[in-house]
Amino acid sequence: MFGIFDIYLLEALLNGVLLGGVFALLALGLNLIFGVIDVVWICYAELIMLGMYGMYFLYVTYHVPFLLAALICVGGVGGIGVILHVVVIRPLLGTAPINQLLATGGVLFFLQSFATVAFGIDFRNLGIRLPILDVAGMFISYARLLAFGVALAGMVALYLFLARSYTGTAIRAIAQDRQIMPLMGVDTRRIYIITSFIGGALAGLASCLLVLQYDVQPFIGLTFAPITFLICVLGGLGNMVGGFVAAFLFAEIISVAGLYLDLEWGYVFAFGFFVVLMFMRPQGLLARRS
Amino acid sequence: MKPSRIAPWIGGAAALVALPFVYHQPYPLHILVLVLIWSLVYTSWSMMGRFGLVSLGHGGFMGIGAYTTALMWNYLGVSPWLGIPAGMLAAAAAAVLIGYPCFRFRITGHNFALLTLALSAIVLQVITATRDLTGGSLGFTPNRYQDGNSIYALQFVDKTTWYLIALGVWMAAIAIRYWVERSMLRYALEAIAEDEDAAAAAGVHVTVEKLKITVLSAMMTAFAGALYCQYQMFISPDTVSGIAVSLQMVFAAVVGGIYIPLGPTVGALITILLTESLRIGFGTKAIGWDNVIYGTLLVLFIIFLPRGLLGSVLGWRRPLPVRATAPAE
Repeated sequence: MFGIFDIYLLEALLNGVLLGGVFALLALGLNLIFGVIDVVWICYAELIMLGMYGMYFLYVTYHVPFLLAALICVGGVGGIGVILHVVVIRPLLGTAPINQLLATGGVLFFLQSFATVAFGIDFRNLGIRLPILDVAGMFISYARLLAFGVALAGMVALYLFLARSYTGTAIRAIAQDRQIMPLMGVDTRRIYIITSFIGGALAGLASCLLVLQYDVQPFIGLTFAPITFLICVLGGLGNMVGGFVAAFLFAEIISVAGLYLDLEWGYVFAFGFFVVLMFMRPQGLLARRS
Repeated sequence: MKPSRIAPWIGGAAALVALPFVYHQPYPLHILVLVLIWSLVYTSWSMMGRFGLVSLGHGGFMGIGAYTTALMWNYLGVSPWLGIPAGMLAAAAAAVLIGYPCFRFRITGHNFALLTLALSAIVLQVITATRDLTGGSLGFTPNRYQDGNSIYALQFVDKTTWYLIALGVWMAAIAIRYWVERSMLRYALEAIAEDEDAAAAAGVHVTVEKLKITVLSAMMTAFAGALYCQYQMFISPDTVSGIAVSLQMVFAAVVGGIYIPLGPTVGALITILLTESLRIGFGTKAIGWDNVIYGTLLVLFIIFLPRGLLGSVLGWRRPLPVRATAPAE
């Protein structure tokens, strides 16, 4: 009796870790954009939806090999990120921050219904059935394992880029002081565009991984959006390490609560936990006390 | 106010009251009732949004109001006359629960919007998770009372009755909004919106003042949710709660203009007429197009007309309110 109980719990914990990897990737893009440009893309999950549709059409309709399709997708969604920045965010950069948030809310509406009009409301999937691994009696989805691995690799790559490259250093400098850096000769317009591209590309990467686990439909964004925002806020908006920790906390709660109750209750618990934690650490989990 | 300024208001109100007796086509009346109920929702939202308190949790308040009333009626047999106040109290409790810590700990701007978004998401998930009780995402229908015409059950078949109820409630909401605009609360909240520390130093009790408007706004939204449920006799989590509904409120209020009392009503009028005319003009082919247009309009309005349509028309001479021009940081 206890043996069975334990192995289910262990399986849930392990799945939580794997889920956490994907959440962390989702939160990373948003945090990067917020940290550098000081903007929240409410429509971030809709970019992922577009990426998933891109994968579907490239792979299923045009028979592009998966890896090539993924590459196109990452670049394509990155490009959409740049368009979003130039068309919507840039004209609003000087106005109240909340205006930028609301404008991307408009983009959310637009993309969601655009997908409804263009692709219909059918659920679509790639038709790839990845095997389920049996590890010591626990069932681990290969798709999740893959997602976890790629998400982790993506995060390490971004870290190296930010830490080692010249452009990465400029991006970090902008994030630290938006007023002074332009005086030091950093071209903020260029940095913002690069950051938007990376943010979009991270959404594209996430979409390639999620399309293996979820069916695509126009409203899929609403599945990921709340959790992604809460992770970012809990970690402290713009704080990438905080977002990383928060992602795993959330994933574990959802996974373990989902084991004992319904999946929805997992989300309810995670959200409730979020509200309580926010009041204990209003500036985010890892914020320094000022 | 001077009589000469009051006269057009009284005339307008009288015309609105007289309307269903002169012209009683069911379909246009139905649209008008919807416009009035949603105007109530958008007006409630704008009472907070106007002071820079952008809440994405109002979908949650509306869901709480609608579902509390409907569930109490179906399972406990409690009349909506008691159910609606109960729903409003529940929404007020939720507002205090999320608002007090937010205001106490100075959670503002992005963080406030995203935290209240969590409330919307929680309410949606709870409604979906308790599907044995609420019917989950399939929606919920309040039980019909006898022949569906009863003051006790607040159910009416007649569109004219509903029009008059919605009109009365909407007028009350506009009156409340005017009352807030002329009260000390407005000055306190405007001071807070400009600079919280300065307002606190000047003796404004920041937390209390913000809580007042939040609770008021939440209760009005819950009331509108319950009214919507009684009118439509059907609610589903997607139409009265969640993030989409919260964003819809933001959209309509911003389009109409949040800084003037009648702005959100104009927003409701525009959005509902747009949806309906697309539906009539293009039938099922139009599904989705209304939101494509809304989304585009929302972006355009925020970039070019942050005061909204009515606000821009009426207020072109006046300087823009502080919040809309305040530079980022």
